[in-house]
Amino acid sequence: MALLIAQLLTGLANAAALFLVASGLSLIFGVTRIVNFAHGSFYMLGAFIGYSLMQVLPGHFWFWASVLLAGIAVGLIGVIVEICVLRPVYKAPELFQLVATFGVILVIQDLALLVWGAEDVLGPRAPGLKGIIRIMGEPVPKYDLALIAITPFVLFGLWYLLTKTRIGILVRAATQDREMVGALGVNQAWLFTGVFFLGAALAGLGGAIQLPKGGADLMMDFNILAAIFVVVVIGGMGSLPGAYVAAVLISVLNVFGVSYLPQSTLVLMFVVMAVVLMIKPYGLFGREEVAGEHGQVGEPERPIKPADARGRMIVGCLIAALALLPMFDSTFLTILITDILIFCLFAASLHFLLGLGGLVSFGHAAFFGSGAYVAALLVSHAGTPMELAFLLAPLGAGMAAVIIGWMCIRLTGVYFAMLTMAFAQLLWSLVFQWGEFTGGDDGMVDIWPAEWLSTTNAYYYFTLVVGVGAIILLRHVAHSPFGYALRASRDSERQAEATGINTKHVRWAAFAFAGAMAGVAGGLFVFSKGSVFPTELEIAKSFDGLIVVFLGGVKTLSGGVVGGASLELIKDFLTRFEFWRLSLGVLIIVVVILAPEGIVGTVRKLAEHAGWMRSKNAREVTGDE
Amino acid sequence: MLDLKSIESYYGKAHILSDLSFSIGAGEVVSLLGRNGAGKTTTMKSIMQMVIPKGGSVSFLGSDITGLATHKVAKMGLGYVPEDRRIFTDLTILENLEVGRQPPRDGGYEWSVEALFELFPNLKERQKNRGKEMSGGEQQMLTIARTLMGNPKLLLLDEPSEGIAPVIIEQMAETILRLKSEGMSILLSEQNLHFARLVADRAIIIESGTKKFDATFAELDAHPDVRDAYLSV
Repeated sequence: MALLIAQLLTGLANAAALFLVASGLSLIFGVTRIVNFAHGSFYMLGAFIGYSLMQVLPGHFWFWASVLLAGIAVGLIGVIVEICVLRPVYKAPELFQLVATFGVILVIQDLALLVWGAEDVLGPRAPGLKGIIRIMGEPVPKYDLALIAITPFVLFGLWYLLTKTRIGILVRAATQDREMVGALGVNQAWLFTGVFFLGAALAGLGGAIQLPKGGADLMMDFNILAAIFVVVVIGGMGSLPGAYVAAVLISVLNVFGVSYLPQSTLVLMFVVMAVVLMIKPYGLFGREEVAGEHGQVGEPERPIKPADARGRMIVGCLIAALALLPMFDSTFLTILITDILIFCLFAASLHFLLGLGGLVSFGHAAFFGSGAYVAALLVSHAGTPMELAFLLAPLGAGMAAVIIGWMCIRLTGVYFAMLTMAFAQLLWSLVFQWGEFTGGDDGMVDIWPAEWLSTTNAYYYFTLVVGVGAIILLRHVAHSPFGYALRASRDSERQAEATGINTKHVRWAAFAFAGAMAGVAGGLFVFSKGSVFPTELEIAKSFDGLIVVFLGGVKTLSGGVVGGASLELIKDFLTRFEFWRLSLGVLIIVVVILAPEGIVGTVRKLAEHAGWMRSKNAREVTGDE
Repeated sequence: MLDLKSIESYYGKAHILSDLSFSIGAGEVVSLLGRNGAGKTTTMKSIMQMVIPKGGSVSFLGSDITGLATHKVAKMGLGYVPEDRRIFTDLTILENLEVGRQPPRDGGYEWSVEALFELFPNLKERQKNRGKEMSGGEQQMLTIARTLMGNPKLLLLDEPSEGIAPVIIEQMAETILRLKSEGMSILLSEQNLHFARLVADRAIIIESGTKKFDATFAELDAHPDVRDAYLSV
């Protein structure tokens, strides 16, 4: 009993930082609709800045002052990010901004490395709260008790700010309808900046306040990211009490998990999230997202069309050039292009889901990884011949997608995104922890292709044929009746239903198909590398796919492929330099600001502008109104 | 007070308003008439710069406001009451009014919550209720009250009589007449000719985004062909 209470207290104390960071994320999302991937980075900065301040400011008072100052400093950094990076892209298609925030993550990672070095730092103990108190015989750190006491005050303060002050009323009004708030004379740009300041400051506070318990390191940005998303989703997007309850729930369960079921720790929160979302699709305290939000009048969607003769010729020439590549006899180049082709197929399959289906999956790597692991497991455990294993890879990935899709497809928007991420993480931890079967962290090695494909060039041609074939198949399906039904379901669920389309089934099938195609990419991948590791299922891999699709252009059919090829090439070039993350981050941000329609969309616009391409829209729109 | 000079407005690539010009003088109540899709709402949004005209200019109180940020337009004294009401459903009535509050403009009338409750007694009874708990008519009242909290000099009312009960429409007409008697300038868009005639001094008729008629109601009655061509269904 005493132990139970001590564990409960530890959980509550751990919830403090988690709540602070998650409430900031929730606030920012609620008002600006931006999924801020860089929120973990703000948390990390809070920890490092707090640490530095505590080094020079000694004593009881200055410890807490440092925590506050760290929060304010991070809040100001948030303001810089909002003004320089996000303001230019508010009008871009929904969720596009998350690419910009991903660029911010990379920039902050390298800047933190520059300033604080690669070594982990140990947080200073809080003066006056160094010891422990015995509660029913069990030791409980005093600092934990302080954290438990502080959190409700923060919650109350935020609640008061949001419900009782004019600023809070404006913020809540803007959450619902920003354009109307503007029409009533409120400068919403500064309201957004203010919210971003507060959200970032909360993350910074969270980072600084956990210093005595955890310290600071360069991994903490990504490490907390999944947890805060989970907390926000379980609590309900935009709900502060929800974030608090969810933070406590996750932290307490985690403490118990560590003591009684250590294997569960990696998946526990994702299981909780999956269960909560299946019972309450919008989180514990969340409300249904209102579709068709006001104030986002964009250009009408351009109808996508099969490539014309010229487009086909260009693609044909490109494929011919790729086919001639091995003549140059550069193994390096051949391997690089093999990697790029595989990544392009992965990106194209995600693009199919995202661009055509409007289904933003944050866990698409699950199917890439499933394909790779199915093939690897078959080869190493059952001695299956490579050809058969390769054919079964997309089947396995497709099956996984059928099951996961069935559970996710009921949700939409950010909740759908989060649930897909949860299942991907579930799969990842399964692979990671089931060491005797999957090799765990050590991965699976010695998975080589059959004799006839064993040379680099032979495998290159294999990848070229299968990869390009699969990409063409994806395009083909986009122009099939099924593709029309999918796009109809994306654009107007109700009207699609009214014309007799079962939108749920269509989405489900699209999810499974995209999963199977990602599985093809996974199968190609595992035999090209001869090995597979759990990293292929990681969140980071899913994010890579997302970034690429957005960068390439969501609303253009070739966006996934172009984005995939560009990013892989740039990465290959940049990673040779020391601060490649910084350069890549800045590059991503610049591309996002200059080309809000993605690379393909923007290039096409420029081409039309210069008269190289006929504008296909003029004819279609007139006569409508 | 308000001058539109041959404005051209688009939604994306669709051309909605072309060469539209008219003006409204101080203290005048003008109705903008036209069928569904004629461009009434786009005209309102073009004045507020929520849709920025690609050609022509909009000036208010003598200064050019074309391309200005919407919140600055509102701050100058243009009060917009949208057709679809757009009240903040999660906020209480009092909070909705608070969002609209702006400091009074020099020489202008200053609305207080009490004065608005006197104008719209229904709102007073329900001041702690959330926006979503109200009927369509009450929501319409609230949108007008919310905009009045900004002490506008010119009120833009987009189809105030749409979708509300006849009894409420009468009440609405009385309210508009009261605002008019207090010197408020109003531009209201309408499909309901009867309602427009009740409150407005002048009628502007648009069709397919261009102006077809601009004169008094007496003049309109003298041209039944105009009415048949552009208003009757």
